Amino acid sequence: MPRRTIPDRAVEFLREWSVPRQMAGQDHRREAAESAMARHGRPRTEKADSVGTSICPYCAVGCAQLIYAKDRQPIAVEGDPSSPINQGTLCPKGAATMGLMTSPMRLDRVLHRAPHATEWREVSLDWAMDRIAHLTKQTRDESFVGDAPDGTRLNHTMAIGSLGGATLDNEENYLIKKLFTAGLGMVFVENQARV
Amino acid sequence: MPSLGTTFGRGAATMPQWDLARSDVVLVMGSNMAENHPIAFRFAMQAKLRGATLIHVDPRFTRTSAMCDIYAPIRAGTDIAFLGGIIHYLLENDLWFREWAVPYTNIATIIEDGFAGPEGDGTFSGWKEEETRYGTETWQYKGLTVPSPLAEAWMETGGDFAERVSHLRDGPPPRDETLQHPNCVYQIMRRHFARYTPEMVERITGCPRDLFLRICEAMARNSGRERTGAICYAVGWNHHSTGAQIIRAGAILMGLLGNVGRPGAGMLALRGHTSIQGSTDIATLYDLMPGYLPQPHALRPHGTLEEYLKVETAPTGWWSEFPKYAVSLLRAFYGGEASAANGWGYDWMPRIVGDHSMLPMTLAMDNGVMSGLFVMGQNPAVGGSNSKLVQRGLAKLEWMVVRDIAETDTATFWRDGHLIRDGEMRPEEIGTEVFLMPGSLSGEKAGSFTNTHRLVQWHDKVVDAPGDSTSELWFVDELGRRLRKLYAGSTRPEDQPIINLRWDYPRDEEDEPDAEAVLREINGHRCADGQLLSTFQDLKEDGSTACGTWIYTGVFPEAGKNLARARKADGPEGPGTHLGWGFAWPANRRTLNNRASADPDGRPWSERKKLIQWSEEKGEWSGPDVPDFPKDKRPDYQPNWEERPKGVAAHSGSEPFIMLADGRAGLFAPSGLKDGPLPEHYESVETPATNPLHPSMSSSPAAKRWDQQDNRLAPPGDPRYPHMLTTFRLTEHHSGGTPTRIVTTTAELQPEMFCEIPVELAGTLGIRMGDWVVLATERGEIETKAMVTSRLRPFRLPDGSECHQLALPWHFGWAGFATGDVANVLTSVVGDANTGMHENKSLACALRPGRLNRVQRPRREAR
Amino acid sequence: MDGGLINPGRQEAERTAGARIEPGRSYGFFTDTTLCIGCKACEVACKEWNGLPADGDMRLSGHSYDNTGALGAETWRHVGFVERLDDRPGEMKPFQSNWIMFSDVCKHCDPAPCLEACPTGALFRTEFDTVVVQQDICNGCAYCVPACPFGVVEISKADGKAHKCTLCHDRMKGGMEPACAKACPTDSIQFGALEDLIPRAHERVEQLQEMGQDRAYLYGAPGTPGATHGIEKLNAFFLLTERPEVHGLPSEPVRPAPRAQPSLIAGLGTLAGLAAAALVFGLGGRR
Repeated sequence: MPRRTIPDRAVEFLREWSVPRQMAGQDHRREAAESAMARHGRPRTEKADSVGTSICPYCAVGCAQLIYAKDRQPIAVEGDPSSPINQGTLCPKGAATMGLMTSPMRLDRVLHRAPHATEWREVSLDWAMDRIAHLTKQTRDESFVGDAPDGTRLNHTMAIGSLGGATLDNEENYLIKKLFTAGLGMVFVENQARV
Repeated sequence: MPSLGTTFGRGAATMPQWDLARSDVVLVMGSNMAENHPIAFRFAMQAKLRGATLIHVDPRFTRTSAMCDIYAPIRAGTDIAFLGGIIHYLLENDLWFREWAVPYTNIATIIEDGFAGPEGDGTFSGWKEEETRYGTETWQYKGLTVPSPLAEAWMETGGDFAERVSHLRDGPPPRDETLQHPNCVYQIMRRHFARYTPEMVERITGCPRDLFLRICEAMARNSGRERTGAICYAVGWNHHSTGAQIIRAGAILMGLLGNVGRPGAGMLALRGHTSIQGSTDIATLYDLMPGYLPQPHALRPHGTLEEYLKVETAPTGWWSEFPKYAVSLLRAFYGGEASAANGWGYDWMPRIVGDHSMLPMTLAMDNGVMSGLFVMGQNPAVGGSNSKLVQRGLAKLEWMVVRDIAETDTATFWRDGHLIRDGEMRPEEIGTEVFLMPGSLSGEKAGSFTNTHRLVQWHDKVVDAPGDSTSELWFVDELGRRLRKLYAGSTRPEDQPIINLRWDYPRDEEDEPDAEAVLREINGHRCADGQLLSTFQDLKEDGSTACGTWIYTGVFPEAGKNLARARKADGPEGPGTHLGWGFAWPANRRTLNNRASADPDGRPWSERKKLIQWSEEKGEWSGPDVPDFPKDKRPDYQPNWEERPKGVAAHSGSEPFIMLADGRAGLFAPSGLKDGPLPEHYESVETPATNPLHPSMSSSPAAKRWDQQDNRLAPPGDPRYPHMLTTFRLTEHHSGGTPTRIVTTTAELQPEMFCEIPVELAGTLGIRMGDWVVLATERGEIETKAMVTSRLRPFRLPDGSECHQLALPWHFGWAGFATGDVANVLTSVVGDANTGMHENKSLACALRPGRLNRVQRPRREAR
Repeated sequence: MDGGLINPGRQEAERTAGARIEPGRSYGFFTDTTLCIGCKACEVACKEWNGLPADGDMRLSGHSYDNTGALGAETWRHVGFVERLDDRPGEMKPFQSNWIMFSDVCKHCDPAPCLEACPTGALFRTEFDTVVVQQDICNGCAYCVPACPFGVVEISKADGKAHKCTLCHDRMKGGMEPACAKACPTDSIQFGALEDLIPRAHERVEQLQEMGQDRAYLYGAPGTPGATHGIEKLNAFFLLTERPEVHGLPSEPVRPAPRAQPSLIAGLGTLAGLAAAALVFGLGGRR
């Protein structure tokens, strides 16, 4: 907001000052007392430049949410009144979705802990991806078993595991299963379904 | 999963959540629904406002209990005794829905002569002591071998399995609809449950008899043509060494009462994570491929595609379509490289050799078999049973990639974990290379979740995730691309799977893979021209179709039409099935087995409870839901056995359970379960009590036990561990805690770990509210604060002695604003015989006032 | 765009609360404790919408499941918990029993003692008949704090001004239901025009009494306990089944004698003084 000049502010004050409004017959505890803050207050959802439908990231009830965004940042997360599941409501976790998206504890950089190190160090996404790909290949190549001694086809590695999926999208689960199981031959692929 | 699968055909909730509002009775058991699924409980409350009876059966008086008409306290782990008692009550008082259950379940089916129940020594017939497992020969329908409807049709039977099961096409299974045959399921159930008298229920569960009987009456009263009831359960049932059988007991109860496939009726499995159903359907699980197809197993006749298809294809019921789904999946995985000549790439698939679920995975880390681990949106240091064993395992890894939205407990085990605090290790001694990568949330990426009632719902990308955050879609796609580059040109046979994987996902201008392209692959298409498929009935066995998950076919029926994104709910005057909101697998059916909402002749059981009915004019099933039945199959259709019918043609027009071999709900499960065809009460593996039904076989003989140095189990009745311990969740937190402990508005609501302690026990031990206490099991010790409450009450054990139950929320760890010791330090790696699920809802523990002597206090404490 | 961005023309509150929001009518909350599951969605939704920080010390309070303590400058909805397991299991009253859970909030009293005590006009009665503190006027004198019969208003340590529930004045202006009521999973918190809410609440009491919950009564509706000693009604009123004190509510709230003379002259004097001060000292620093 541009900095306002003293004459501007004086005009604003006179408009905001309740006495003239009281004199004009407004109730001094009602309209006449209304300040700029109260008068101009509007739901901040109206400032959104986009609204998208989302699904609550916590449990499996599947409540629909509306994410109100401005400049690609969330400004509010509301229960979607259209949903036959939550009909606009949210539980305490779902109601905290905005807090989750904007938590000060959100991670925004890739961290790496070298063997035996006592602290993290920040690394680039590209470096991490490269190193992870190499480690994956190395571990797989060192441990892959084609056939058991009796000739039974195994075609797998037991040296790499994967945990997770129940908090992820279906499409992500599909790629995990496809790459890890059908591509790399990992058998230790599990998620929270048993947890 | 196996429980609902063996009973009703699919391992998923049978009813949509909103349909609870139409129930006349809702039994919440094994679930703290008001706390953990408040929005689902909204519908239970709506039912209550319309006059329904709400019942909560639970060891703890919770926020759910407070809202119910009847609350019944039971001792942790005695659910089967309680449910068995209700079944006994219904059978002995003839209060079950006979007109429904006789034609629609296998209650009249005759079982092999050799079948014997566990009344004697505590085991069913077929127990192989030396192999600690059951053979299921004597559990079969007389003269037949019935394949399981689960993702493992094959079972060890001796001889040619495919030939044996093919006799299901010869004629209907033997039945006695008068229910007089001594080995019909009805008579077997009467004998089996005869021991579950109200007196025995009281003795085992500790629930007062009159209260138990009031629940029996409420369940019976709300059954029949005009009335229906539902069961809502969650992991309070699963997390026992008998978890699958507890759910089975609930499913049998619903089958007897005709509470499946009808309005306001069903089994509502309440799942804890946003897409836990989706990640089971599109399984990131060791033993399943997407769409409930079995992962090839080295120790089964799965050597070639031909053998695999031969033994896993059921002759009757819907699973006779199996080859179409399996071949189409291989086509989706390996694309153009899959051909008839190479068995559609079947040889490239890895074979499992046993149980590779999370509990054995923990042991594999600990004993050095596993050296690298990806952890994506999971927090095993908090959520994994025997957490110190998990942390020791993590410390032995060479590398670990953690992808999450914050610094999780798992990611920092080497700095702040229990090993460090207890002085067992120093960070410098831990050689694990750890990557912590920021992930993204729904709203920051596009994709779909499948909710607890099979509803696939899309979420848009609306906002940007912070900094270097990326979706798992990007991460896995990128890792795949880089690995394929590293492997390019290799001629080694073991590298062919990764080289031949179809991996060509388009990226958008922000370098994000197109999630809809992946959903289209999941949906399936015709290979020749890429035409998307609208129904799994169009899938082919000849390799001409590709489909990532057959049960999802129809979610993306044509270009530009993503039904997961459909957002048209019914209005207040609409039918309330909301077919235009999202997509429910399979085929957008909202209530499974809904053929059962009509009588055998195809007419509604009553006006009040109508859903699907046969329309003679149209010659099809119609109603406000999509029929879960061949649309034009007449109710009076009878298989022509002379022609040896196959698939659902072998079911009559009044057999509603299309996924099952005989079309009838399996009150008795001839196959699919590893610990018995009927549920039997066993004590938990660790318990202060002795099972009065068979004291020499107190706990489940088939439960998975890994008794080893780091995972010792206390023997039953061990005086060092006199109390029962159960773990639970709070509404204010989510599972492993990451997404609520890092948010101040939820963290402040339950800011610290605590232990719920009954007033009586606290008095004896001199413990006051807020005091520090130490809990101990064979696995370890934790310290926490006491919450003294009369919401937990003392129980009498079967031998008459008094027992106290303690309860711990398991969300806490050292990361975030809300912290505390990890409850799972106390729990053990011990699992259900069927699912490998752990037993964290009932174990034995010790309690004392005071604190632990620690090398390092958690960071927040240190301040 | 308004609260009905997805469905323009129709207010969101009509869809979520069945209530159209129009200036000049009286609005409030009917909080039915018998439907409360103690989930605290109201607390969270309120804080998330209003940008309120956590004000607890992140320590276990020991008061059952309540760790946020009381209403205050940063907690405008607060769920209290009282364990009363004196009843035998099984003998449960219809709806909530044995564990009392109760979402408290500013009562938006009519007349409102806080407003009457406010010398600056910071507290005012809105076009929706709710009571709101205007922080751009509030000078932190704290006269409102002791005036409140319910101990709701508090001076924030962060800005030295009075804060409390606004009944989501900003949302209401955009046709949106207040955040707590919209979130409430079981409709324990119902938002609407008082002319709709009050009869609905009386019907609910009758229904509960017929079902055997003979202790159900309204607190704060006109002519009921809570609307006493000069307070005609609480715009946020409650259905209770226990004595008010169990919920931390006064059995008979009293409207204190107004401390500051709420007159035109006083308003003139105070505001003129403030205005002069603002003009002299306050202008340079504000943007």
